[in-house]
Amino acid sequence: MTIKKILIANRGEIARRVISTCRKMGIKTVAVYSEADQDALHVREADESVLIGPAPVAQSYLNSGTIISAVRETGADAVHPGYGLLSENGDFAAECEKSGIIFIGPPSRVISDMGSKIEARRKMTALGVPVVPGSEEAVESLEEAMELAREIVYPVMLKASAGGGGVGISIFNSPEELEKGFQNIRDRSRLYFGNPTVLLEKFIESPRHIEVQIAADQYGNVVHLFERECSVQRRHQKVLEESPSPFLSGDLRDRLLASAIQGARGIGYRNLGTMEFIFGQNGEFYFLEMNTRLQVEHPVTEAVTGLDLVEWQIRIAQGEQLPLSQDQISSQGHAIECRIYAEDPVRLIPSPGTISKLAWPVGGVRIDTAVEEGSKVSQYYDPMIAKLVVQGGDRQETIVAMNKALSQTQIEGIKNNIPLLLNVVRNDGFIRGDYCTDLIAGLQSAAKKGR
Amino acid sequence: MALIEVKAETTGMVWKINVRQGDRVSEDGTLMTLESMKMEVPTLAPEDGTVKEIMVKEGDPISEGDVIIILEV
Repeated sequence: MTIKKILIANRGEIARRVISTCRKMGIKTVAVYSEADQDALHVREADESVLIGPAPVAQSYLNSGTIISAVRETGADAVHPGYGLLSENGDFAAECEKSGIIFIGPPSRVISDMGSKIEARRKMTALGVPVVPGSEEAVESLEEAMELAREIVYPVMLKASAGGGGVGISIFNSPEELEKGFQNIRDRSRLYFGNPTVLLEKFIESPRHIEVQIAADQYGNVVHLFERECSVQRRHQKVLEESPSPFLSGDLRDRLLASAIQGARGIGYRNLGTMEFIFGQNGEFYFLEMNTRLQVEHPVTEAVTGLDLVEWQIRIAQGEQLPLSQDQISSQGHAIECRIYAEDPVRLIPSPGTISKLAWPVGGVRIDTAVEEGSKVSQYYDPMIAKLVVQGGDRQETIVAMNKALSQTQIEGIKNNIPLLLNVVRNDGFIRGDYCTDLIAGLQSAAKKGR
Repeated sequence: MALIEVKAETTGMVWKINVRQGDRVSEDGTLMTLESMKMEVPTLAPEDGTVKEIMVKEGDPISEGDVIIILEV
């Protein structure tokens, strides 16, 4: 069926991003918003809008019942979940399916399977996709954890099964450390995620994070849209992404892309999704997790492939075949995205407030944002206020362009991480393409020593 | 003996208080965890001391610069 009206169950820049493709495709849009977002740009730009509750996300953007009612009231055919919020909530997708609403994403069953790290790992192992050495099941006791850690060799990592985005992860270098920290991690998991289940894995030192964009339709066609290098992170969250990855040579890239397709095909994936991998120093790679939604950093892929990924999502969701076959998809040049966060650039502490002055770079820069001068950046939501995306013929040219774009950006009234991003794009290791997920921690400790 | 005001480093809410009145704390020990923009922000003890008074309770909204704990050092 052809989708005529989409309700966007999200806010901020990603809601605007979806609206822009809908307009291009002649699809009507419905925005939802909380009381804190009454004046938000996504609300102004949508054809219709529905107030769904007070500022805290639990009472608004995460309230699936209210959102489903809004779909019914407005007569939308489909829901686009964006990223975060309800996008990887299998129950919400299942509710949509039951109510005859098209959920723009994979089947609810796949979301639930991939949402459980244990299940995702089990499935990928069965499909022959490499996974990080570690526990197949939840680790229930300290004794069990100690024995497994001895087997796979320290350092090891404990992570909350229900966690994500780097929250609920701890690293242990010795049996003594593990003995001390085990119960604490279980308690934190229960506190933050309502579930004490933890997994134990080998900790890969100085790792790189590289992910593969996948697209699949309901007819069994699965393609990749190349990789994104996501190793520049702070607090286990991405800050800068680029494509292609400077680490991958021909053969290694081919093996990575083939593994990603194999995994996605094997689980019956549909729509757009991302297979995340961790790379060790020797180039060995392991499946980390699958993100069953559009990624924040999708513009990087759009830049190098020239494709509109939201359009692909909508076409697949309305039952079309993939717009292109694998041999029709190519990657040209280089692209880099920087995420602008409302936070102190040295201490990485959030900085909500009002943007008193705002100037974006001019010329050749894609700016995905939901703020303007005078916008209030709310303490209730994610600190990401914008994404800057530049592209060039090669990596060096693109780094120069990003340096310029960041230098031209002026944000006053709230603290922001542009000074940190500038340090990244001016860092020798980064410029050489020789860096791992420790890059920002290294810059931060250098900055602290310098003060 | 001197009293130090420990202030909130960000605007948000009090997520978890890790200490009680009268507790002895060491420098860089976590006094409480604030929550802002869906991130945990730990408030650390600026130096060794004793918790003299806790000015907030869990769930309270706070603004950057609010005094949240008074330490006796």
